[in-house]
Amino acid sequence: MSTLSVPAGTASATTSAPAKKEASKSGKRRLPLLPALIFVIAVTQIPFLLTLYYSFQSWNLVRPGSQHFVGFSNYVDVFTDTTFLGALLNTVILTVVCVLVSLLLGLGLAILLDRKFAGRGFVRTLLITPFLILPAAGALLWKTTMFDPTFGLLHFVFHTDVDWLSQFPLAAVMAQIVWQWTPFMMLLTLAGLQSQSKEVLEAASVDGANRWRTFYSITLPHLSRFLQLATLLGAIYIVNSFDAIFLMTQGGPGTASTNLPFYIYQRAFEGFDIGQSSAMGVVVVILTMIVATFALRLMFRAFSVDGGTK
Amino acid sequence: MTVVTWVLAILFVFPLLWMILTAFKQESDAYSDPPKLFFKPTFDQISGVLNGDFLPYLGNSAFVTIISTLLVLLLGIPAAYALSLAPVKGTKNALSFFLSTKMLPIVAAIIPLYVISQNTNLLDTVWALIILYTAMNLPLAIWMMRSFFLEVPGEMIEAARIDGANLPTLLRKIIMPVVAPGVAATALICVIFSWTEFFYAVNLTAARAGTVPVFLVSFITSEGLYWAQLSAAALLASLPVMIVGWIAQNHLVRGLSMGAVK
Repeated sequence: MSTLSVPAGTASATTSAPAKKEASKSGKRRLPLLPALIFVIAVTQIPFLLTLYYSFQSWNLVRPGSQHFVGFSNYVDVFTDTTFLGALLNTVILTVVCVLVSLLLGLGLAILLDRKFAGRGFVRTLLITPFLILPAAGALLWKTTMFDPTFGLLHFVFHTDVDWLSQFPLAAVMAQIVWQWTPFMMLLTLAGLQSQSKEVLEAASVDGANRWRTFYSITLPHLSRFLQLATLLGAIYIVNSFDAIFLMTQGGPGTASTNLPFYIYQRAFEGFDIGQSSAMGVVVVILTMIVATFALRLMFRAFSVDGGTK
Repeated sequence: MTVVTWVLAILFVFPLLWMILTAFKQESDAYSDPPKLFFKPTFDQISGVLNGDFLPYLGNSAFVTIISTLLVLLLGIPAAYALSLAPVKGTKNALSFFLSTKMLPIVAAIIPLYVISQNTNLLDTVWALIILYTAMNLPLAIWMMRSFFLEVPGEMIEAARIDGANLPTLLRKIIMPVVAPGVAATALICVIFSWTEFFYAVNLTAARAGTVPVFLVSFITSEGLYWAQLSAAALLASLPVMIVGWIAQNHLVRGLSMGAVK
């Protein structure tokens, strides 16, 4: 959080005499940026610095007065904790699978919607709605009316007595998350499809390219920045998934569907182990930062942001 | 193909349609094997939820969402202006800083946030959520609005400047008309994310400042699982954002693509 980038406010402090006027001018231009920058720094960086501080303390709320400095021992515990490593693996699987599947489904639905047909507006309205309902409502809905082993719709359709949430907990949670995020992916891809120049597509068909060839050589490259953006934004939110796990499986059975957000929450709010959960938080931040550095580069390439010039 | 599209769409949203149907059932119709598609609809569940303690939660959600969205616009519009039409040094750094805060796992900050809110007496107040939701949405909002600001033709600004327009006039006459739809789309996204936020709300509020997602949780734990009533509660809790989203779906598409069109 703190090392990924240098805030813009500290970037230039030129002192040479001729540059002084220029500097004060650019200081004035920076003024509109400052409130937002200071606000975001205060609200996001201060808690993180405190997390860092707590991570070097042994501090359990259940034992008052237990707080003292313990160096790196919380971190040693984190890496020898098999539940943590399992939660890390679950987080990676959940994020990668959910992003890929919802992206593909979203792309498919967007292609179907990118034609004129009767009731298209209505179908699109239907399809975006899962993104608009509360994720908490979606999670409870899937847990009860879909996955219930006795009265659930899946039981009725497949005539099995499978208890989805205890036999396939991670897959069940992923199904709900994919359902929630597919509309988002669809909307973004649809925006991409609809911004294609019709002339280029016509030219391709005049040149004798078939539909698959046109899609592969023209549409897909055009869509790529939309797909990258969808992947990035989807991944940011899905990696933090908490609602679905908290409400559907409570991370269980055992720790089968525990992801990092849920595990850290458990250690902090059920185990009251502030030091340990803070250390986990810091490790997650470092891991995220490594991944995010690559993602940011991708993002800047996609948007060709170059020092603020158009 | 049209038929295929319709069938797929209905299959895809079926869980949601089922929730809406269940919200109008009696509990005995909600639990049945095989599930009942036809039944005598009732408003008992809807009125039951409305007559319970749902409304205070709804009020909290509305207040938190509106105030934090306004704050995002208040802080975000000048920032987006500074990063697009009058670019400052370090624009790229500022943009990547904002985005990097979005990539942070929110769990890493929840413990200090809990401690800080407790020490500042903000725990279980709407203000804790307003501050956090503003910070949560501001980075994305700045990115989105920046890309809309970039669509203002530079020549128009130059021409107005030469005619002697100062910044306020420039903003009001030239910039705002062009960026207004983008600002609206941004506000919409902020509304959706604030209304549906779960993690902060569940951990930092309880009875007094609970928002609608917190209501859904308290609903289960206090009354056991009644499907029809739960469906009614889930429907009512989602309805405001659903309606806003339906009405403004074209803005939503444009907003989400954040001007990636360019």
